[in-house]
Amino acid sequence: MPQDITIYLTDREGELHTLIAPTDMQMNLMEICKAYELPVEGTCGGMAMCASCQCYVESDHPLPERSDDEEAMLSEAFYVEENSRLGCQIQMTDAIDGLKIRLAPSE
Amino acid sequence: MIKTDILIIGAGPTGLFTVFEAGLLQLKCHLIDSLPMPGGQCAEIYPKKPIYDIPSHPEILAGDLVKNLEQQIAPFQPGYTLGESAVSIEKTAENEFIVTTDKGTQHQAPVVAIAGGLGTFEPRKPPLKRLDFFEDKGVSYIIKEPEMYRDKKVVIAGGGDSALDWTIFLENVAASVTLIHRRNEFRGALDSVEKVQHLKNEGRIQLITPAEVTTLEGESKLTSISVNKEGEILKIDCDHFIPLFGLTPKLGPIANWGLEIEKNAIKVDNTLDYQTNIPGIYAIGDVNTYPGKLKLILCGFHEATLMCQSAFKKIHPEKRNVLKYTTVSGVSGFDGSLKQAAKSTIKTIE
Repeated sequence: MPQDITIYLTDREGELHTLIAPTDMQMNLMEICKAYELPVEGTCGGMAMCASCQCYVESDHPLPERSDDEEAMLSEAFYVEENSRLGCQIQMTDAIDGLKIRLAPSE
Repeated sequence: MIKTDILIIGAGPTGLFTVFEAGLLQLKCHLIDSLPMPGGQCAEIYPKKPIYDIPSHPEILAGDLVKNLEQQIAPFQPGYTLGESAVSIEKTAENEFIVTTDKGTQHQAPVVAIAGGLGTFEPRKPPLKRLDFFEDKGVSYIIKEPEMYRDKKVVIAGGGDSALDWTIFLENVAASVTLIHRRNEFRGALDSVEKVQHLKNEGRIQLITPAEVTTLEGESKLTSISVNKEGEILKIDCDHFIPLFGLTPKLGPIANWGLEIEKNAIKVDNTLDYQTNIPGIYAIGDVNTYPGKLKLILCGFHEATLMCQSAFKKIHPEKRNVLKYTTVSGVSGFDGSLKQAAKSTIKTIE
């Protein structure tokens, strides 16, 4: 049985949320946020074609590199920092158990 | 005044399919959409992406889905008000609705179907100080009249197709064109990327990458912008700044129409006909919400079908009606066309 992992998320008001995420449901971080009814729009549905799920990674977990699509979208997004990622491009895997993230401001 | 039976706000897949279901019931439709073309998100955000959960289409590109729908509804001759967004609604003495767009176009119908998806597409605005102040004083997000830029100094920001296309176009019109993008790579048609490269090589445009616009300057109108290029601040004199960062949907004025809104969506009665709290106004597709709602194109099609049956009863309370099957009855278009199953051949064998 795959174990659930834990994600620590700071929302736009600075409040901390502990999210329990399954690793066997092909879910990404944007979807986990939506499942917890956090204010993440996910307008494009997860195609890296909007930046509504932008977040800042605040722990040093090994994340897969940004794809060309994600890189292109982030280059047109606002409030982008070095540690910016699109939540929809981060899949729930054992390797990111304990990941700390902060939601970027909404546009 | 445009008059119709069902006024559909939003020409995405759900809105388009409504025309078909209404047409089968001999109801005429007119569509309003803020985008210049039908298709909604499918056309604007992901026309080249495949969809795998449309029943009987193992795979279909979003753009093709829209094309097919347009073809399917063509016999019912829908009217279109494109490139305009519905801003206000009022009720007439005869219990009909009048919907007015931002450009003042008025539409009247006994039934309104809001199929607005995630809302009206609006330009994404970069978070720059005084950006709002400079709107129409040098800052614009869409290019309506290219002549406005003749012999002017123009700065464009963005890294997608529209930034590239307008750079190429305005190079012929403006006194100077500067294109600014946060990195060296552009996401656009190869042809456009190559053209911009060529213009840069010939010194006909200025390309500043990787760089970001940081401030807008000017007293009563825009006179210059400052750009941060890898830590170095450059000041560029300009008459116009055009940030082209694509579009994002916002629910917009519909939120103020007195409809019950929950989580940025319109509450409807899903046990019956997807009607809102205002009788005669329905909400279908991604724009609505009810217990168990799924934002799927296929659910929008279903909602459109049920909604049309209810609209028929509202428009023709005196008429009895039963569900008909297109295989049996065919499709009689308002254009006089008739599609129907071939008659079976009956021949005697002697």
